[in-house]
Amino acid sequence: MVTNATSLGRSGLFDWLVQRFSALVLLAWIAWVSIGVIAAAEFGYPQWRALFAAVPMQIFSLIAVLSLCAHAWVGVWTVTTDYLNEAHLGKAGTAIRLLTQIACLLLTLSCLIWGARIFWGSG
Amino acid sequence: MSQISISIYRYNPEQDSKPRMQSLEVEVSGDRDLMVLDVLELAKAKDPSITYRRSCREGVCGSDGMNINGVNGLACITPLSKAAGPARKLVLRPLPGLPVIRDLVVDLSQFYEQFEKIKPWLINDEPPPAIERLQSPEEREKLDGLYECILCACCTTSCPSFWWNPDKFIGPAGLLQSYRFLADSRDEATAERLAELDDPFSVFRCRGIMNCVSVCPKGLNPTRAIGKIRNMLVEQGT
Ligand code: SF4
Ligand code: SF4
Ligand code: FES
Repeated sequence: MVTNATSLGRSGLFDWLVQRFSALVLLAWIAWVSIGVIAAAEFGYPQWRALFAAVPMQIFSLIAVLSLCAHAWVGVWTVTTDYLNEAHLGKAGTAIRLLTQIACLLLTLSCLIWGARIFWGSG
Repeated sequence: MSQISISIYRYNPEQDSKPRMQSLEVEVSGDRDLMVLDVLELAKAKDPSITYRRSCREGVCGSDGMNINGVNGLACITPLSKAAGPARKLVLRPLPGLPVIRDLVVDLSQFYEQFEKIKPWLINDEPPPAIERLQSPEEREKLDGLYECILCACCTTSCPSFWWNPDKFIGPAGLLQSYRFLADSRDEATAERLAELDDPFSVFRCRGIMNCVSVCPKGLNPTRAIGKIRNMLVEQGT
């Protein structure tokens, strides 16, 4: 049976707000990076590194990665509860949905940790 | 006289292992535009076993909602010319997404269960005044575009979110009525009503694709009502 148990916040309003807010953060981040790239007179690896070396940019980028993960989870949860269920897949629906959700969750968490390492790592 | 070819979904779950489409030709007088329901009556005269619901035959009772050439609508107020176009071919199927009882008759239980969930009645524990609970003309105006719903289910059965979660998503018809009571100045249960809608399914499964708006035979706009409910939830919940 499809239930709320695996939704992000158990509240439709909360998930909806997360989806809207994270979309705005991502939009702002993309705009910021694009402007950084376009505004530079000359752009190459050193400028790219410099762009992300500033602490505010690092903080912003980490928030963007968090937003991406939250955004992805709300979306994946919605799609899986719509299509991976008993109505579409028969008895195995719940098991397939849970396995897919676990796989997506692991992938999302990996991306989160990987992203944090990229922006905050020693490299 | 001119010929109309009709293809009708036939299914009797007690006898048939699966549904089939039945083809029929009916004669109609060429100069007059009939309603789809009239054509269906002509078909039934040829084959009396064809089963469908209808009562008022003027778009008031909401009982003859069906899928006409791929679009949900009331057969009694859908002109043949609009539905079939120059090809003069009608394809009639039951409303999608609900169990078929027979031919064009569907089991609306899930639709009504969702309607019941929103408590479609005025909640007001104040003792009623001697004559009636008054509203200003402005307060009354807020119910326009909401109270006219005839619960024909054309909208809800065209909504993919309802197809996939008919037990949890209230659907456009139920939500339009939910907002009808949320917007009513005489109703006192706004907070309780909103609290019951806050889960991830009841309201928030709406993806805003507006199938509901495009089929409503009464020209109502459930998507707008759903947006208003969402705004009320945001106001209350943040
Ligand atoms: S909103 Fe329109 S389509 Fe939906 S049930 Fe009411 S009258 Fe029918
Ligand atoms: S707008 Fe919402 S309620 Fe209307 S058809 Fe789309 S998902 Fe369903
Ligand atoms: S028969 Fe009543 S609405 Fe069509």
